[in-house]
Amino acid sequence: MVTLKVNGETRQVDVDPDTPLLWVVREQLKLTGTKFGCGIAQCGACTVHLDGVPVRSCSTPVSFADGSEVTTIEGVAEPDGTLHAIQQAWIDEQVPQCGYCQSGQIMSAVALLKETPDPTDEDIDAAMSGNICRCGAYGRIRKAIKAAAQA
Amino acid sequence: MGKWTRRGFITAGVLTGGVLAVGVGIREGHRAPGLADMMTEDGEALVNVWVKIAPDNTVTAIVPHSEMGQGVFTSMAQMLADEMDADWDKVAFEQAPAHEDYANYALGREFIMNGATVPGFVQDSLNGAFLMLTKNMSLQITGGSTAVRFTGQGGMRIAGAAAREMIVKAAASEWDVKRSELRTDKSYVHHDASGRSEPYATFAVKAAEFAPPTQPTLKTPDQYKLMGQSLKRFDIPAKVDGTAEFGIDVDLPGMKHAAIMGPPVLGASVESVDASSAEAMPGVVKVLNKGDFVAVVADGYWQAENALRAVGVTWTKTGAENMSQGDLFASHRAAMDSGKSIKDVKRGNAEKTAASAARVFEAEYTVPFLAHAAMEPLNATAWMHDGTLELWSGLQNPLGVRDQLAEEMDLKKDKVIIHNTLLGGGFGRRAMPDYPSQAAQIAAEFDHPVKLIWSREQDTTQDWYRPAAVSRFKAGIGEDGMPVSWENLFVEKHDPPEASQIPYEIADQHIHYAETEHHMRFGPWRSVDHTQHGFFIESFIDELAHEAGQDPYQYRRALLANAPRHMAALDAAAKAADWDRPRPEGHGLGIALVDSFGTVVAHVAEVDATGERPRVTHVWSAADPGYVMNPDGFIAQIESGIIYGLSATLHGEITIENGAVVQSNFHDYEILRMKEAPEISVTLINSGARVGGGGEPGTPPIAPAVTNAIFNATGERIRDLPVSKHDGGYV
Repeated sequence: MVTLKVNGETRQVDVDPDTPLLWVVREQLKLTGTKFGCGIAQCGACTVHLDGVPVRSCSTPVSFADGSEVTTIEGVAEPDGTLHAIQQAWIDEQVPQCGYCQSGQIMSAVALLKETPDPTDEDIDAAMSGNICRCGAYGRIRKAIKAAAQA
Repeated sequence: MGKWTRRGFITAGVLTGGVLAVGVGIREGHRAPGLADMMTEDGEALVNVWVKIAPDNTVTAIVPHSEMGQGVFTSMAQMLADEMDADWDKVAFEQAPAHEDYANYALGREFIMNGATVPGFVQDSLNGAFLMLTKNMSLQITGGSTAVRFTGQGGMRIAGAAAREMIVKAAASEWDVKRSELRTDKSYVHHDASGRSEPYATFAVKAAEFAPPTQPTLKTPDQYKLMGQSLKRFDIPAKVDGTAEFGIDVDLPGMKHAAIMGPPVLGASVESVDASSAEAMPGVVKVLNKGDFVAVVADGYWQAENALRAVGVTWTKTGAENMSQGDLFASHRAAMDSGKSIKDVKRGNAEKTAASAARVFEAEYTVPFLAHAAMEPLNATAWMHDGTLELWSGLQNPLGVRDQLAEEMDLKKDKVIIHNTLLGGGFGRRAMPDYPSQAAQIAAEFDHPVKLIWSREQDTTQDWYRPAAVSRFKAGIGEDGMPVSWENLFVEKHDPPEASQIPYEIADQHIHYAETEHHMRFGPWRSVDHTQHGFFIESFIDELAHEAGQDPYQYRRALLANAPRHMAALDAAAKAADWDRPRPEGHGLGIALVDSFGTVVAHVAEVDATGERPRVTHVWSAADPGYVMNPDGFIAQIESGIIYGLSATLHGEITIENGAVVQSNFHDYEILRMKEAPEISVTLINSGARVGGGGEPGTPPIAPAVTNAIFNATGERIRDLPVSKHDGGYV
């Protein structure tokens, strides 16, 4: 039995401890906003926060997260539904196209702003280059991060 | 307002031309009664298939396309709502179900007519023959950059205008006033003389009693209120909080998960399966041998994928087991050397003109196979129950999939129900029906639903690829350095047929292709043949400019005297880039121009070649789609097309060894990332030409713009893609 505190709520799951956190989040916890993209931590679609640090959940065994706080895209907004500045900037700049990678992009961007409230282009390159966007929304992502930093 | 009934609404024959083709009446006995059940709830009425008006005056556009990132729900609704004078705050959309009445006849006709222009098409025109032909083809495709230019122009706008006219007619009758005394605004009809105002919904039932207009009057651009505006997309809010539901997110009671393995050498079949270890693994329900693939069904996806690795499979030999990438290119060249070719364009006598030209210039270019690599791994959830197959998946051609599944599973078409979801990227890959078919075959073995998810490794190795191709050119050059003849021989001819044609005025042309055979499957990849021909043609014309000692921008201009749209796009991109401004040492500029899917696009790329790898720092693009319906949405598509093409230009390469694809995931099939992404500036041109597409035209010119810029910066001419395979520190 693994115990996780997911988006503020304590959850217990009975799974093989080697199961990647991604599949526990998606299949056991039914939080499907976190996406499968590559399975080898190359694309960032599965990014969640583990004790506040962005990790690739496809390559993180759930046992590694035992006792930790997990934040997924569903837990980014305030409990009253107010969007995070990054989410609002994503809407304002019309960032998503197909939208599939965007949960992971947003999780990486939220973590970036927490560490670096006013990021430079180099900071953005470093924090966001682990997230692939096949629709090529990079320019808008960069713009939205800067807008959110000023919000 | 009385209870709405289904009698008396628009029937087939309501509208002429295209709208009739997809239009459907909903009274009893209509040829498609099933559609009414799918699309209406009590209290709603279908005015025609493209639009619903609910009693609360909500206008719903019914969109027969798939949302894969292009904002199609919004742009379609925008076109309809504008013609209808609808209140944008109360406009919604629904995705049309997979049904013949939404068959994309326009796209079918494009296929059949090879892009020929039919006068009056938009306002009037589709003849029954095309309708029937398309229906037989069962197309409901999102592809070919068709949504705005065909469905929008030929369907949505006409539907909106017709609906508005019918409502005005009904209001005039109810109020006993002249139609000319009425005006419409924000889903209301106003009679200013008497001060009366009523919402559209008030007249919906009455409107259905009138014969609909056969040729509703469409707005001219000066009357547009919504078209031409950057309206925010409907689909974006759900894409920032995790609630958007893609195919992979479908969750049904009792559902199991499947992982799959296809043949490493495409075309092979399963010879034997050893499932003994896999079937003993935790959570595994069953290992299936389906002839051309092996699947493991388990409680969870990770269990299925893990167990799949423990299945021992041997595959039959197809004869392609010894083929390598080099062999494939050698066979391409052998076909080109064979002397047998098929004509694309023959104008004058290029060979004779070249023989007497002051000099000739020749070059050969190659491009590799490319995978689509949509972000959402392919998936489909199928459930066979009560003699019905239900399938949930993100599909670019849901109707075609329905027909195929009906045939494969031996079911009547109405026993196959397709639920099309959001697509996590399409790019042509989700127009292929293999993954829904596999899901159906797997689910047919069980009475519970099964969700099939492909691994990224399957996605990379089992694709329908943009073909690896070779193209050879020979130009005769006059004393002034300008080309007098254009010969082009290539392989891998697919769609669209005009992709090999050039916009440049050269009197003698011979464009032809040789046919080849190999085991790698062809698939439409964003802009299809334009991707390779854009690179081939725009590289060669650039080389001719260099041979002539002329500026490549001015050289192109000199050949576009009778192509004003092309010239304008080229000028706009060059101007935005400040083409004549000297760049720093080691930087270079490249220009390229491609007309595809009705839209003319010119890109100027700036490359910084001072580092280990050439870095594309900025792309200035100018695009003329005739008229831009949603400027911000269109710009997003151009940006996307550039980045998609740039991934391929710099990194994209699928190779085969021993008949099998070598690459498997993003570590060896690299995708452009944030740190490599250039700044992009897009200039839009509303030339008033027939409306063109947006999803694909940004892609073809980026590769040559970049390689031309690398040449400008370094003197190295890249004739085979991707850039990363070249020496000189480009790896």
